[in-house]
Amino acid sequence: MKPASFDYVSASSIDQAVSVLSELGDEAKVIAGGQSLVAMMNFRLARPATLVDINRVPGLDVIDVGADSVAVGALVRHRRLELGGEVPGPLGDLLAEAGHHVGHLPIRTRGTFCGSIAHADPASEWCVLAALLDARMEATSTRGTRLIPAEEFFVTVFTTALEPDEILTAVHLPLLSENHHVGFAEFSRRAGDFAIVMAMTAIEVADGRITDARVALGGVAAQPTRSSAAEAVLVGRAPGAETFADAASAAAENVTPHGDVHGPAEYRVDLVRAMVRRSLTRALGEG
Amino acid sequence: MLVGSAVPRTEDPPLIRGRGSFVADRATGAWAVRFVRSPVASGVIRSIEFPDGALVFTAADLEGLGDIRPMLHRGDYAPVAQPLLARDRVRFAGEPLAAVVARTAYEAEDLAEQVYVDIDVEDCVVDVVSAMADGAPKVHETDLGTNIAVDARVATPGVAEAFTSAAHVVEVQVGSDRQSAFPLETRGGLAEFDPRTGRVRLTTSTQAAHVVRTAICDVLGIPERDLQVIAPDVGGGFGQKYCLAREDAVVTWLARRLERRVAWIEDRLENFTSAFHSREHQYTLRAAFSADGIMQALDADIICNVGAYSCYPVTCAVEPLMAMAEMPGPYAVREYAARARAVLTNLCPIAPYRGVSRPVITLALERLMDTAARQLGVDPVELRLRNLIDDFPHTSPTGLVYDEASYREALRSAVEAVDLPSLRQRQAELRERGRFIGVGFSTFSERTGYGTSAFAARMMDVTLGYEDVELAMDPSGNVELRIGASPHGQGLATALGQIVADRLGIELAAVRVNHGDTDRDPFGWGSFASRGMVIAGGAASLAADMLAEQVSRVAAEMLEAVPEDIVLADGAATVAGTTVSVLISEVARTASHRRDLAGGVQGLAVRTTYDPAGTFSNACHVAVVEVDPDTGAVTIERFVVVEDAGLLVNPMIVDGQIHGGVCQGIANALYESLQYDDDGNLVTASLLDYLPPTIAELPHVEIHHLVTISDATLTGAKGVGEGGTIGAPAAVLNAISDALSPWGVDVNQMPATPSRIRSLIRGRHPERNNTR
Amino acid sequence: MSSQERPVTLEVNGDPVRVFVEARKTLADTLREDCGLTGTHLGCEQGVCGACTVLIDGDPVRSCLMFAVQAEGSEIRTIEGLESADGTLHPLQQSFWDHHGLQCGFCTPGFLMLAAGVLEKDPNADEETLREALSSNLCRCTGYQNILKSVLAAAEKLRS
Repeated sequence: MKPASFDYVSASSIDQAVSVLSELGDEAKVIAGGQSLVAMMNFRLARPATLVDINRVPGLDVIDVGADSVAVGALVRHRRLELGGEVPGPLGDLLAEAGHHVGHLPIRTRGTFCGSIAHADPASEWCVLAALLDARMEATSTRGTRLIPAEEFFVTVFTTALEPDEILTAVHLPLLSENHHVGFAEFSRRAGDFAIVMAMTAIEVADGRITDARVALGGVAAQPTRSSAAEAVLVGRAPGAETFADAASAAAENVTPHGDVHGPAEYRVDLVRAMVRRSLTRALGEG
Repeated sequence: MLVGSAVPRTEDPPLIRGRGSFVADRATGAWAVRFVRSPVASGVIRSIEFPDGALVFTAADLEGLGDIRPMLHRGDYAPVAQPLLARDRVRFAGEPLAAVVARTAYEAEDLAEQVYVDIDVEDCVVDVVSAMADGAPKVHETDLGTNIAVDARVATPGVAEAFTSAAHVVEVQVGSDRQSAFPLETRGGLAEFDPRTGRVRLTTSTQAAHVVRTAICDVLGIPERDLQVIAPDVGGGFGQKYCLAREDAVVTWLARRLERRVAWIEDRLENFTSAFHSREHQYTLRAAFSADGIMQALDADIICNVGAYSCYPVTCAVEPLMAMAEMPGPYAVREYAARARAVLTNLCPIAPYRGVSRPVITLALERLMDTAARQLGVDPVELRLRNLIDDFPHTSPTGLVYDEASYREALRSAVEAVDLPSLRQRQAELRERGRFIGVGFSTFSERTGYGTSAFAARMMDVTLGYEDVELAMDPSGNVELRIGASPHGQGLATALGQIVADRLGIELAAVRVNHGDTDRDPFGWGSFASRGMVIAGGAASLAADMLAEQVSRVAAEMLEAVPEDIVLADGAATVAGTTVSVLISEVARTASHRRDLAGGVQGLAVRTTYDPAGTFSNACHVAVVEVDPDTGAVTIERFVVVEDAGLLVNPMIVDGQIHGGVCQGIANALYESLQYDDDGNLVTASLLDYLPPTIAELPHVEIHHLVTISDATLTGAKGVGEGGTIGAPAAVLNAISDALSPWGVDVNQMPATPSRIRSLIRGRHPERNNTR
Repeated sequence: MSSQERPVTLEVNGDPVRVFVEARKTLADTLREDCGLTGTHLGCEQGVCGACTVLIDGDPVRSCLMFAVQAEGSEIRTIEGLESADGTLHPLQQSFWDHHGLQCGFCTPGFLMLAAGVLEKDPNADEETLREALSSNLCRCTGYQNILKSVLAAAEKLRS
């Protein structure tokens, strides 16, 4: 379990990094935290010819809070989001709560938010969050910068819409107003493992009725997905145990996951039901 | 007195300072060996190609060497041969096909990728049912002509009659998935050729250095004097490092062939695919009970998936035969019949793992007891009390002699410790609120410290059993105890030091225990089967008495007294009842340097052996769990152990063994499963899929001790290394079944994963009045 | 070209160290083979077991998931640097000894460095925080009970 040989470039600027990528295309791979990539390289499941290290690029370790959105830079580590205090409102709470569930402390210390999204594991907290909030991924190359919406970004397991010459330089997330309620629930066998199934919810309530509902699921498809069925059940109803149970059932009835070593497909459906209900309950209390 | 006190371990200082010396630590700079392994479970090797001039070795290079062919001398055993590298055909995915040698591990892995193996893939057998079916592909051509490597039966005369006249017949089917011992340090061997002597020194992560030496010398056809085997610090074994690693033999051969220093350090992927697995058992138990709940007869059908080869020296029959011999466990049943089969498949070979078959035996028996209690309408604790052995010595239907123990008392103490009545009340209250807790008991015996007489009954070619020790005092009055046991984390050196220091009246620091070096240490069978404290401890105790007598004779001569009056304590030899004394260090110097004044004592050195018949530890475990019916997740609220391991030489070490053992048992019960696909590929070959638990998943283990001093053990200590792992799965699965009693389901397969639990209860509703 | 060795300068346990390594060489292997610091162990090389945990600029990090070239200029602390210069054991080391916090000792350096990193950042970490942090690493011998006991006792001692 030793990696294959590669060339190593420690980029000192984004310009340098993207010009190397532009030259080498998919022969090169960007490394930030490396907490998934290096493990895959140790298994020789990933074997980039060149590794472009962006850890020394200035300006990427920034959380840029704007009026309606926040941009999380490519070198922002999980741990910083977990510790919180920078992103206001319910979004900050959700980042802290979900961030606490990313791997273990040493992984969170080094791994990055954007790296996790670029890795595109459909059971990753940050991928599910990106789907939940329709995040926009800022892709930078020598050709310039473009923003890719979440629903286009996550192509399939470990595959994104990033071109080989692009770097994910930031992820833009909408800030959530105070009348949003966020909830998160995931099920994993052991502390710190990737979730088998995860649910994340953001619910807006006005006058005792749900006016906007977002429900996202991880671990049920090749991409993190929104549950439009659950969202449709929720909007217009009063929050409460019955509403949540109905939404959970709707979510469960509309997923077609695959089974794996952790259980058959039916088991993931069970977990969707349980996690959606729990994330809603955590978001809104028993109602 | 040091014996009985929780003295800190003498092993620890280097380990906590980063100065431990594990095989990989000694191997830096050695040329790296990497094994090219079969990517398929079964097939015929057509060709192996590699770059010209590369250091790549295959079975063709090993021609003339022997195969590993462990033997049981019984007609129902089919011996199978394991070549050092696959020859002609491969029998499991992960089997070594070639060894490559390069300057570094990185380059060795690069080179291994350039070895092209052409294999004609053939149908494989993965599970026991298809392996036993007519026309199944044969893993080996054996004398028995099937995939069954052992098919053993035992029966007492009255079994059939007992079932016929039984008031109740209870049946359970219980099983365990395949599991890995998962030592945190993988395996590895460093072989160093000495051009001056032509010898090889093999430093290997093993539990039994002498066993490795014999095995390798046999297959390489070299005298044992030409091989020194060293077990350095070993990062856990739990059985996986007891049996011979064929890779170690190849590494030794390579050192001789290349006349250099070469090392194989197994990586974690190899450890999962190719290091011994364990525990893939399915049992059907039937029991005949009388109307008053006495078990009259027990019938067991035992089937073990043993993988593709037989492990040296204990053979692949070890799991089924142990299950057959020990199945009655702590229960006084008189009539017993069993059939035990070892089934060869195209999977990684098995070898014993902590507890060997007893975690599954205990699971089966204790699920049987709970099932019977329900069927008979008797309280499960009461049913056990009626059937536990209480008359000693007890001879089991298979002829095992149980020495004095405390089966009933342990159960009663456990019931008291958890306050069962209030637990039941809380369980009922929580159920009303949709929460499901359960309590499970596991009462069991742990056969430990058995010697040659017990192993001889297995009819192995190699009869394990005794332990030799040597004990010598140097002229400074310090002693070295050299043992054949090979501890690797159990703290045996500290505990033996406590015994020896007490007998000789010297400080613990004056005792050095040397182990794991075939050049220095007397022959021994290594550390396994909870035997270190009982057997090496007994031998050390005998040796210490012998040496104390020599010291006393020299001291008597120096003090003009008789040896019988000499008391050894506090570093001095004193004439009893007087202040006349001499320092033991002076006695030692006299014995070595002034033998003319030593009263005829020919040096302070002794050698002895101990070879007991064996002793049974016992314990009762109680698990209190909560099951989340929505997810199937199990949380262990509380775990109580009432343990009777006889005399506790070092209570801190004993408790540590119980903590670790119980947690491995819980890991086995809830988390760990090695799974293969239909083509024989291991699909749980990383730590994302094979799940040893972290601290977050494990409970605080609460321990209570009973102390039965039995004369079956010289020191009074009974073995304690495996008990935790043996007892815990049954307690956990009984507790889960109890928690799920409103659904009326039985959890009989370990691990009891959340997914399995959901499968049992999905679509069913809990019945409030279910009396189960 | 790619297997070319390149110079890397590190500060290891307070000493400047210059090594020549291939880019692909992990920090763990570099510490073990090029710095002679074999107390940092490799148990899985996939970032799960934590036996290779070292402190990089004060933070506990898996040294199997990082290349030595990436650590250029970093301050690295390994188990060999945990005791004082005069050989006095760190309170965590002493506490693991006193409370039987190890059996085979293979995972021990990783646990010690993990705990040291956590307690240096957060000396008042409570039991729950410490348990959560300790869930980062695997031990197969102890059942973790005495590891937790050792860390709690050391934390108390470090505070006083």
